[in-house]
Order: sequence, then C-alpha cells, then structure tokens
Amino acid sequence: MATVMFRRQEEVTAPPQPKISTRNLNVYYGSFHAIKDVNLDILPNHITALIGPSGCGKSTFLRCLNRMNDLIEGARVEGSVTLDGEEVNSPRTDVVALRRRVGMVFQRPNPFPMSIYDNVAYGPRIHGIRRRSVLNEIVERSLRQAALWDEVKDKLRQSALALSGGQQQRLCIARVLAVEPEVLLMDEPASALDPTATFRIEELMQELKSRYTIVIVTHNMQQAARVSQFTGFFYKGELYEFGETAKIFTNPDRRETEDYIRGRFG
Amino acid sequence: MIRLSRTHEWWRRVLNVLALTLTGVCALLVMAPVFIILIYLVTNGIRSVNLEFLTSLPKPPGEPGGGLANAIVGSFYMVGLALVLSLPIGVGAGVYLAEFGQSRYAHLIRFVADVLNGMPSIVIGVSVWALLVVPMRTFSALAGGVALAFIMIPMITRTTEEMVRAVPNALREASLGLGATYARTMWSVVLPAARGGIVTGVMLALARVFGEAAPLLFTALGNRFWNLYLDRPMASLPTQIYEYAKSPYEDWHRQAWAAALLLIVVVLILNIVARVSTRERFRALR
Repeated sequence: MATVMFRRQEEVTAPPQPKISTRNLNVYYGSFHAIKDVNLDILPNHITALIGPSGCGKSTFLRCLNRMNDLIEGARVEGSVTLDGEEVNSPRTDVVALRRRVGMVFQRPNPFPMSIYDNVAYGPRIHGIRRRSVLNEIVERSLRQAALWDEVKDKLRQSALALSGGQQQRLCIARVLAVEPEVLLMDEPASALDPTATFRIEELMQELKSRYTIVIVTHNMQQAARVSQFTGFFYKGELYEFGETAKIFTNPDRRETEDYIRGRFG
Repeated sequence: MIRLSRTHEWWRRVLNVLALTLTGVCALLVMAPVFIILIYLVTNGIRSVNLEFLTSLPKPPGEPGGGLANAIVGSFYMVGLALVLSLPIGVGAGVYLAEFGQSRYAHLIRFVADVLNGMPSIVIGVSVWALLVVPMRTFSALAGGVALAFIMIPMITRTTEEMVRAVPNALREASLGLGATYARTMWSVVLPAARGGIVTGVMLALARVFGEAAPLLFTALGNRFWNLYLDRPMASLPTQIYEYAKSPYEDWHRQAWAAALLLIVVVLILNIVARVSTRERFRALR
C-alpha cells in the first residue's frame, strides 16, 4: 500500500519521460537527403504537431516512427528512434509488434473494400481474437471512440466504401483504435475532408489525447495551433524549431518559422 | 468568305455518307462470323440435342442413336483438372510478379509467360505427349488436364499480376500499419480486393481451353466408353467433334453438330459469367 502511494506521488512530480525520442535521425531517398539530423522528444498524452511547407520532410519523419519507410524502395534511415527507451531502428525490432503499438492514420481515407464491421475487426482478428462477443465489443467501443457509432450502428454489414469521406476517415481512426496502440501517428488526417468533418476529427483528437500519444502532420497552421500542445517546424529536411505551440505561434525564435507562420512562403 | 461553294458542300456530304456506310459495314462484318456460326450450329444441331444425346454413351459405328455423355463429363473433368493445377501456380506466380516484379528473374518469368501464352496449342499437345504419354505408355486424362493447364497458367498469371498491381498501395499500408504481416496483408486484403478481376481472368481462360481440341488429341486421345480414371484415355467434346465430323456416318455428323452447339453454349455462358462478375466488381468499388 505504502509503495503504491509512493509511486503515484513520484509520477506526479517527476518530469514526464518522452514516449518517443529521435537522435541524429537521417533519411535518404537514393541520393536525396530528406531528413537531416533530427533530434526530437515527443511527450506522452500530448498532441505534437509537425508543420512546414510541402516536401520539407515532415511526413517522412512521421513514417520513421513506425518504420513505414521500410516499404519504400531506395529509402535509407540512419540514426536512432526510441519508443519507451527501446530502439526502433534495430534489426532485432519486431516491426509487426512495433506497428501494433504505433498506429497510423493516413492522408487519404483508405478503408478496406469490406464491411464497416470487418474493417474495424481486421486488426483484432490478425492479432488472434476470434470470439464473436469480444469482437463485437471491440468494434462498438472503437466506433464510439471515433464518434462514428451512432451513424453506422444500423449498417455495420454494409460496405465501408459507401460512407462519406469524413466518415471513412473516422472509420480508419476506429480501425487503428481497435488494436489499442499507444501512439497515434496522423498524416494530414483532415486534408481531404470538408470543414465539418475536419472539426469532428479535431474534437476526436482532444478526446483521445488523455489515453494516447498523438503526433499529427498538418499543412493547416490554424489546425496545429488549435489542437496541439507542442509544435515542430520542419524546413528543407531540418527541424528548425520545436517548442510549446503557444510560443511557436506567438514568439518563434527563428525568422524562417515566423515567415512560414505568417504565410510569407510555403 | 466563310461560305462554302455548292460543289464543295455536296462533295463533303457524299464523303460523309460514304465513310459512315463503309465503317458501318465493316462493323457488321465483325459480327457476321459469330452469327453465321450460331445460325449454322443451331439449325444443324438443335434437333439432335436431346436427352439421349446428353445422357447415353456412343453406340458402335453404323448403329444410329447413342450420345456423348462420356465426352461431356470428360470435358468438364479435364478442364476441372486443369483448373486445379493452374490456379495455385498462376495466382502464386502472378502475386510474385506484381509484388516483386522488378528483378531480372521476374522479367524473365514475364517474358516466358508471354511466350507460353502465344504458343500454338498443338505444340503444347505434342510436348505433353512426349512428357507424359510416352513415359506412362498410355494416353490419359491426366496428360489432357496437364496440357490444358499449360495453356491456362500464363493467362492466369498475367491477369493476377495486373489485378494485384491495381490494388492501391494505400490498402497495403493500412494493413501493415495495423501490425499485419506481409503474408497476412496479401491474403486478407490484397487478394480479396483483386478477386473479382482474377475470377474474370480465370473464367476467360476456362472458356478458352474448354474448346481446345489440339492439345487433347495427343494426350487424352478420346474414348468411346466411360472413364473416370486419371491414367486412362478420356473423351472430350472437341475431340469427339473432330472424330465424328470426319467419319462417314450421317448420324455421327448430326451428333458432331449437336456437340459443337453444346460447346459454344458452355463457352458463351463462361464469357457471360466473366462479364457479369466484372460488372459486379466495378459496382463494388464505387
């Protein structure tokens, strides 16, 4: 009893350990140097936004965190990425287990051509859950978390492709939540959506923040300012500036950051 | 001056009508063979397609009556055997080419598949004769099935490759991003997404080999009796048509027409099923 209380107190007072850290991270596509020496700590239970002009490397950086760059031919990653202190880029890392802990939502909604139910149940199923009752529970919980349940509960057996774009994206979020990851990577999750759908996704992120570590790449600076607590500004493959969102948007240290935020380029 | 002269205008109209007529006639000529074949088969064959034809065995030469039940069953038997042999190989090779298709080895496979696709079917028949019939010392249903499979494999391989390649990368990434293995992603997401197209390709391959006589003449040979054993000669519709058509008996000519009609109906059905399944697929993707 005493030890439990002691540990709790420690959690409150100690500064939070970063969930993900990168050290001297470099990515090359063939001879193109896409990410240059990025050092970044991402705190748990916060939303970290990555902004910057097109082609600045923010998506590439995001894809390093769950080793999605492995899939791109000619991509080479150097340096260190750690998840809870464990090295992600080690050849001994189980990529399948890593991606289960670090889920990803893509720019374009990409539901599988199956029913809504099967989309959400896909993750649990590949991880060995077979029992109908358990699957039903996971599907309902995930769809509720993704704020989609009320809209689809009567048509779970219908094709996911019949949903609207915004609904499809929330379905993709539900699909990720169903495998209960610890980290949620979102690659411009709202860029293909209309304002109403965007608003719902942002609301959703706020609700999810307490349980997940969220990293979002966005082109939309208002969005970064609205949803995130920390912001990183990427420019030409480098992390130019990183800090609390309020500071980055009101009083950035570097000129490039200010120019970008004021819309002078990008 | 933007007005045309009278003669000029008249000449243009004539040319227009002429070109339209000419291309229209050509288009008609494309359809003509199909209709000529269908009309011939129906007028000559329809009276002979009856219950006896469908359910009884051939009678001895010269004796009227009898049917081609053994050839009908034999055709389905050997085409089924060819399907069982070629489907796993064709789909497997197609997936390989689609997913790892940039290696030299893959380019070689693709080239060889295309060569095999264009190989005259009689050459395939002779090859399988040397490969199986000679060492087994007998014509057999197995050899017939293998010869037909040789024709189907490259067709299925190339269709599968195209269909698997057409599956958007976003689906692969979504599955891998959820912690699925590559194998699981292929099996549970990519292949189901490509299934409609693969089915269409397989149907068309089936329709093609169902009508093949040449590869069967040297392999399954034909048989006037029942046979369901893999290692014995087997009858089939195309070889039976060939044999009956060159016979001197009026009754056998009649039955050859009926067999040809039956053959064309099965091939048409396979083609229509392939068409409909394609349409279903596009509906599903919308």
